Amino acid sequence: MPKITNVLEGASALVKGLSITFKEMMQPTLTDDYPDKPPVFQERFRGAHVLQRDEFGLEKCVACFLCAAACPSECIHIEAEENTEQVRISGGERYASVYNIDYNRCIFCGYCVEACPTDAITHGHGFELASYDTSTLIYRKENMLVALPADAKPVRIHEQAPAGGHH
Amino acid sequence: MNAFLDQWLTPVLMMVAVLLVFPLLAGYIVLVERKVLADMQVRLGPMRVGPHGLMQPLADALKLMLKEDIVPAGADRFIFWAAPITSTFTALTAFTVIPFSQGLRITDVNIGLLVISAMASIGILGLVLGGWASNSHYSLLGSLRSAAQLVSYEVALALAILNGVMAAGSLSMVRIVEAQREQGVWFAFANYGFMLVAFYVFLIAGTAESNRLPFDLPEAESELVAGFHTEYSGFRWALFMLAEYGNLFVLSSMGVTLFWGGWLRPFPGVAWLDVPLNYGVPVLLFAGTGAWCFPLAGRLKYGAHRVSLRIVGGVLGAVGALLLHPGVNEAVRGPFWFFAKVAVLIYLMIWFRGTWPRFRYDQLMDIGWKRLIPLGLVCLLVNAVLGLVGR
Repeated sequence: MPKITNVLEGASALVKGLSITFKEMMQPTLTDDYPDKPPVFQERFRGAHVLQRDEFGLEKCVACFLCAAACPSECIHIEAEENTEQVRISGGERYASVYNIDYNRCIFCGYCVEACPTDAITHGHGFELASYDTSTLIYRKENMLVALPADAKPVRIHEQAPAGGHH
Repeated sequence: MNAFLDQWLTPVLMMVAVLLVFPLLAGYIVLVERKVLADMQVRLGPMRVGPHGLMQPLADALKLMLKEDIVPAGADRFIFWAAPITSTFTALTAFTVIPFSQGLRITDVNIGLLVISAMASIGILGLVLGGWASNSHYSLLGSLRSAAQLVSYEVALALAILNGVMAAGSLSMVRIVEAQREQGVWFAFANYGFMLVAFYVFLIAGTAESNRLPFDLPEAESELVAGFHTEYSGFRWALFMLAEYGNLFVLSSMGVTLFWGGWLRPFPGVAWLDVPLNYGVPVLLFAGTGAWCFPLAGRLKYGAHRVSLRIVGGVLGAVGALLLHPGVNEAVRGPFWFFAKVAVLIYLMIWFRGTWPRFRYDQLMDIGWKRLIPLGLVCLLVNAVLGLVGR
């Protein structure tokens, strides 16, 4: 024979449960109206990668390969080239002439972002990566690099050489 | 002529109306269920087919009818086909004895409650056969469970029903409501309020009888995929769904008729409440819902949705205005109260579903045999004594 206090406790628990669902029903919904309105992201959401530029508009990536070394799924492919007097792409000695991320393999772990010494590679909020053709999932540098701001004046080292200074 | 009208025309018209309207109604009960559950889980629910998903049931029905007809290998084809028909047929047959109002009914037999109970019992046969004929482990387990569950809870349900029958002195659905009008009280509050215990037993056993959470072991998605209808798809699945929601509606109607005074308004014995309840509540309900549609419509994104929701609001407002007319009000107040009460009971069942987790199988049996049936018996005894004392 159950104790009367047990019965009352059980009944009050049932009523409490019902009151919680009723309260939740009165709350506004949390659903994002996604295809109709832009979704709301947490700041640190790890979406598609973005390659950053520095304040002069030069690429931050110096082709050190640390991201590729840190990548557990080996999806980053980099080919490095030297900056020259005439062609200066990044702020350091070298720059990445090819920077591919294979989104067939990427697991969005964020290790590349952690490894990067110049904060060149970052996670953006892009997530609409789905494709019917896997070959389109290999993103090139051009796909990921942030655009130059419209008023930016890219630094060109060879223009700063003294006028008329032929050799 | 009058006898012809009473004996043939009204019942036949009502039958056609039930057959035509009920599938639509079941679809909209599903929509309400999805919307209310979504609200409880801080989601939106169906939003895209029509304004706030109002056309979703029609889209679902169309999809189900167009789907491929799949019969699993090794299934008993005849029984596989017959099972959902049995379920639907019995669920719809139970509608014959439900009085929506004094005149609005298919028929009134002197064993109305018995007909409903019998139909509910035969309806279970559909679930059991469907699970067995599917040639699938999950289906078989589901139908085993449903057989055991429904056998146990039918006893408790019958004991709860007996309380109402005892108070009314009749098994006829119409007579039961008449008795409540004569005594001036809903049976849920009769016998110095002790009938509430009977209603409580009815509610629990009824939830179990209609296979709804927290007693939905025959379906138990997380354990049995979909229980007895795992192998069903398309139109046959739709028939099972129709039967399930038919049973839900029939059960709620039975509860309303037995305990909540059928088509009677609340406080049937208090005369001065006539105007506020019979005019105020329906008019406010319809006109208020209609008015609420307009600010909602303004927030929708698609033009077609905005327009159609405003039309819905306009129609609801017009219905509210129409209800102010004494003649119209006189005619529809019975069905209004009946359906309003059924809606409250159905909402209650959805609320249960949104709140409580599923029982384990042994807990289910424990509640049925060791708690509900003794409680039902005691309740029957006490109510019998109290009924005699009150006479």
